[in-house]
Formats: sequence, structure tokens, C-alpha cells
Amino acid sequence: MKGNEAFAEAAIRAGADGYFGYPITPQSEVMEYLMAEKPHERTGMVVLQAESEVAAINMVYGGAACGKRVLTSSSSPGISLKQEGISYIAGAELPCVILNVVRGGPGLGTIQPSQSDYFQSTKGGGHGDYRMIVLAPSSVQEMADFARLGFDLAFKYRNPVLVLSDGAIGQMMEKVELDEQRPRFTEEEIIKNTPWATTGKTKDRERNIITSLDLDSAKQELHNHALQAKYKLMQEQETRFEMISCEDADYLIVAYGTSARISQKAVDLLRAEGIRVGLLRPITLFPFPTEIISKLADQVKGILTVEMSAGQMIEDVKLAVGCRVKVEHFGRMGGIIPSPTEVVEAMKTKIIGG
Amino acid sequence: MAEITKEDIRKPENLIYKKTDLLTDKPLSYCPGCGHGTAHRIVMEVLEEMDIQDKTIGIAPVGCSVLAYEFMNIDMQQAAHGRAPALATAVKRLNPDKFVFTYQGDGDLAAIGTAETIHACNRGENIVIIFINNGIYGMTGGQMAPTTLPGMKSSTSPYGRDVHMMGNPLKMTELVAQLPGTIYVTRQAVHTPANVRKTKKAIRKAFENQKLNKGLSFVEIVSNCNSGWKMNPVQANEWMVENMFPFYPLGDIKVND
Ligand SMILES: Cc1ncc(C[n+]2csc(CCOP(=O)(O)OP(=O)(O)O)c2C)c(N)n1
Ligand code: SF4
Ligand SMILES: [Mg+2]
Repeated sequence: MKGNEAFAEAAIRAGADGYFGYPITPQSEVMEYLMAEKPHERTGMVVLQAESEVAAINMVYGGAACGKRVLTSSSSPGISLKQEGISYIAGAELPCVILNVVRGGPGLGTIQPSQSDYFQSTKGGGHGDYRMIVLAPSSVQEMADFARLGFDLAFKYRNPVLVLSDGAIGQMMEKVELDEQRPRFTEEEIIKNTPWATTGKTKDRERNIITSLDLDSAKQELHNHALQAKYKLMQEQETRFEMISCEDADYLIVAYGTSARISQKAVDLLRAEGIRVGLLRPITLFPFPTEIISKLADQVKGILTVEMSAGQMIEDVKLAVGCRVKVEHFGRMGGIIPSPTEVVEAMKTKIIGG
Repeated sequence: MAEITKEDIRKPENLIYKKTDLLTDKPLSYCPGCGHGTAHRIVMEVLEEMDIQDKTIGIAPVGCSVLAYEFMNIDMQQAAHGRAPALATAVKRLNPDKFVFTYQGDGDLAAIGTAETIHACNRGENIVIIFINNGIYGMTGGQMAPTTLPGMKSSTSPYGRDVHMMGNPLKMTELVAQLPGTIYVTRQAVHTPANVRKTKKAIRKAFENQKLNKGLSFVEIVSNCNSGWKMNPVQANEWMVENMFPFYPLGDIKVND
């Protein structure tokens, strides 16, 4: 299965109630797959092609506010359009899953894969002090897994979850194991599990209001404090990463997604030459695995970050490391995927010899 | 003849008017004489009469009525500026047995939200759109709206709207009436008791249409904005009759029964 298709199928099986999207390369397969699958017949899931990404993300807002499992997907330019909506969703504390199959920018850029939306994904993107949980798949299997994990985290924290993929993983074909079909929420489950949802005001409860507005500054500040406390809890409880060959490593590569796959090959090549290199792959980009990187900084002599960008995640790595060891960036831009030998070269010239 | 006491007046059998329970007790934040308050009341009265409070989800806009959810005693969502029809689309599609409506101003519906409005109408979403057209951006202090009349002054057209420079007013209601997805399109007003009764009938019809899964009903209410127009309420209503109604004539535009 293609990564995009695996994500779509996994979303149906995760019990999604609604998908709202707008076509853009390299992720159009998500909606194409959903439409072909007729999920309205399989599970009753609604799939709607919206008039724009702006409309799509606001449909997600409306659906999420009813306590439904809803999602959208797009690629970089479309995700930029969704930013206002994402900020509202974060402000109103609504659960949803957003997939970004990143392509190169800025502007219309290219349809080829990139990782240049890291800042937008992890530092806000839209206005206001908010965070999303950001999951970074590096395989088709994780594309499938993170659809369901995304929903579960979104509902656990009443927060948007972004799956930050890229054009390579979205288009790549790999074997994938899919979970069994999980039933969609029943009306009773929604009322019980998401008592805040707009389901119609019955006589036995106050009306439910979904809004991000509070004109009273003192209350708005309190709301912001509550949001920050929630983000802190995410940092404590949801940080995920993978460590490969780090036990004896003298040097470290930090990379996620497609770059992590390339870097893993580079680690093998370097180790074949007798250079002990490890790979730390952040799986959550927010919360960022700061603590483990900080620990590894005491062990290694230098750190190379590999990203398909001008160097964005490197800022978070540097924050974790401070000035203890050298941290350098290697990356390609414009839709070019670096080769393992390029990474090997960069490690030698920028870190080991540098 | 015996004196009529307060107690007599309060007897249920003597009751001739009561605020609907579907309005909260919170004092309206609108300027005195503003049409928003009356429009709120009749929408809520219709929901009460149809006994659908527990099945209704309303979508508030950004504009003076951004706080509609403070006054309407129903479940509500507050949308980003212009996006209410997108929210309503999803709410209705995911909850086909619920009643869903948006309540939007002219800037919200006919400027920033033009795409969402037209496409929700064109898809024939089975929802009700209540459109308060006061020809101005009330909330932000009286700037020019897409509906501002030719020659009409606003804070961003201080010498009057010059249509050559600023474009023509947009008749959104006539526009959406062209679309196959709309089932009922009407323009009403709430400045006199007779008009209030007509508007209420129109809103009732709109919700009855939704009950019958007929498609999208669109009710424009031409309204005043005393503050934005810089007039007192009486002058504003007179000005509305003399200037707004000729340009935005009242009555049904499309009725597909
Ligand atoms: C994206 C965005 N742009 C601009 C605004 C500022 N804004 C708030 S209300 C409004 C105009 C509202 O006018 P209208 O819809 O006619 O409602 P009224 O207040 O007249 O009832 C504007 C421009 C905003 N809140 N969000
Ligand atoms: S500013 Fe205008 S639209 Fe807003 S409450 Fe006042 S009169 Fe009504
Ligand atoms: Mg207005």
C-alpha cells in the first residue's frame, strides 16, 4: 500500500466519522482512496470534498465540536491555508487529526518531498500560544498506526494532532499491517465521553458552547495558563522517539521521517568503516525528545542533524544540547532527498573532521 | 370596577407575552434599537414553537453577533470569520437528525465568507442560513461592507461609496437564489411588528424545510446599524426604509415547494 492509502484505510478502521479535504499533490490519494472505498457504506463515515482547505479545516472544527472523530489531510500550501482554523481548533480545545504530506516550498515550491514545514508544525503556524502534538512517521506502517494513535491522543488531550509526513513516505509502497475495524462512537458514547460536545441542549444540562473567544482578559489569561499546563503534560507523557545503535555511539545523528531512513543507512556505512555512530529518531516533534538528546550529548563528541530543509529541527537539538558538543546541520532542499553517502560525507567533514 | 393588581397581571391566564425560555437572561450587548436583538428573539421563538431546542445546533459568526451564544439558550459553536457555513455543513452531515443554522452578518457572509456561503448553498446543505444585512461592519466600528449602498458613508468610505473605485454592493441573496441547492430564499426586515411577524413566518418555513430534508433555506433580514450609520434608532429605521429597501427589496425571491 502507498503511505497515503494506508493512512486513509487506517482512519476508516480507527472509527473516523468524517473526512474533509481538498486535492493537492502529493496527498490526493487520501481522499481518492476514501471515495473509492465508500466508507459511508462500510461504516457510515462521511467523506466530503470541500471548496478549499479553509472550508475543510472549518468543517473539521464543526465536526469535532460535535464530539466526532474527524480528520483532514493536505500538503504544505494547503496546510498554510488551514492555519487560522487550526488556531481556532486549538483555542476551542477540539480533538482532530490533520495530515501534512510535506512538499518543498516556499510558495508553490515543488511537488517533491521536503521537511521544511517543521517550524510551522511545531512552533505554532497559526496565531496565538498553542501547540499540536506532532507525530512524524518514517514508514508506511507508521502512516497507518499514527492515524489511530492520532485520534486517541487528540481525544485524550482535546487537542489537534498533526501527522507530519512527507511526499516520499506518502507515495512510497510498503507492506503494512492494519488494525481491525473499530466501531464509530455511538450517540451515547459521545454524550458520555465528550460531555462538552454540541449535541443539542437537553433539559438536564446547561447549554454547550464551543468557542475560542473570551473578551475578559483575566479569563483569557487563565484559559492560556490551562492550555500551557496541558502542553506541559503532553511533554511529560507523550514524548516518543527511537534510538538506533546509540549505546556505544561516539557520534550522533538526529533525524525524523524520510531523513531518518536515509540516516539509518548512513549509520550502517559509517559503522562499516569503524566509526561508531548512532541515530536518534524523534517520533513526536512536539513534544520534542529534549531529555534524551541532552543525555546523549554527554556521551557523544558531536551531533549531525539531517533534515530536508535549511535546518529547522536543529534549533530544538541545540536547545537540548547547549554548548556542550558541536551540532551541525546537513540537508537538501527544493524536493531533493539526500543520499546516505552525502550524509556520511557530512558527518566526516562537519562533525568528525570539523 | 375593582382595581387591577400586579398579582392579577401575573396570573397565567392574563399572560399575553413572555420572553421565550430559549433566550437566556443575559442582557443583550447590542446597541439600543439594533435589529440583532429582535432577530435573535424570533429565531429562538421558532425553535421553541417547534420544540427542537434539544436537537438544534447554532453557529455564531464573527461580527456584532459573535456572542449570540450568550443569549441563545441552545448548544452553539462560534466560527472563524466567514466560516459558519463550513461548520454547519459538517455538523449537519455528521448529525442528519439535528437542526443546524448559521447566523451571520453581511461582512461575515458576503465578504470573507463568500466562498463558504456559495458552496454550502450550491451543495444544497440541509441547513438554515440567517443573514443580517445592515450594510456595514458594525462590530469593527462602521467600515464599508460588501453590501454598503452606492454613495453611502462609512469609516472606510468617508466620502460615500464610489462604485468605480470601491466596487458595487453585492446582492448575495439574489445570487444564491440562482443556485440549484437553495430551496427557499427570502428577504425580510424586523423594524415593525408586521415585518417581525412576516420574518418569523419565513424563519419557521426555513426550519420546516430542514425538517423535511428539502435543502438550504436562506433568510436575509435587512437591518439597521444605528452606531455604524451614525443615526438614532428612529432615523436609522427611516433611512433603512428609504434607502436600503429600494436596493434590497423585501419579499420571497425563491420558493420551491
Ligand atoms: C480573519 C478576520 N478578519 C477580520 C476580523 C475583524 N472583524 C471582526 S467583525 C468584522 C466585520 C463584521 O461585520 P458583519 O459581518 O457585517 O457583522 P455586523 O457586526 O455588522 O453585525 C471584521 C472585519 C476578524 N475577526 N477576523
Ligand atoms: S454596532 Fe450596529 S450592528 Fe452592532 S450592535 Fe450596534 S447597532 Fe447593532
Ligand atoms: Mg454588518
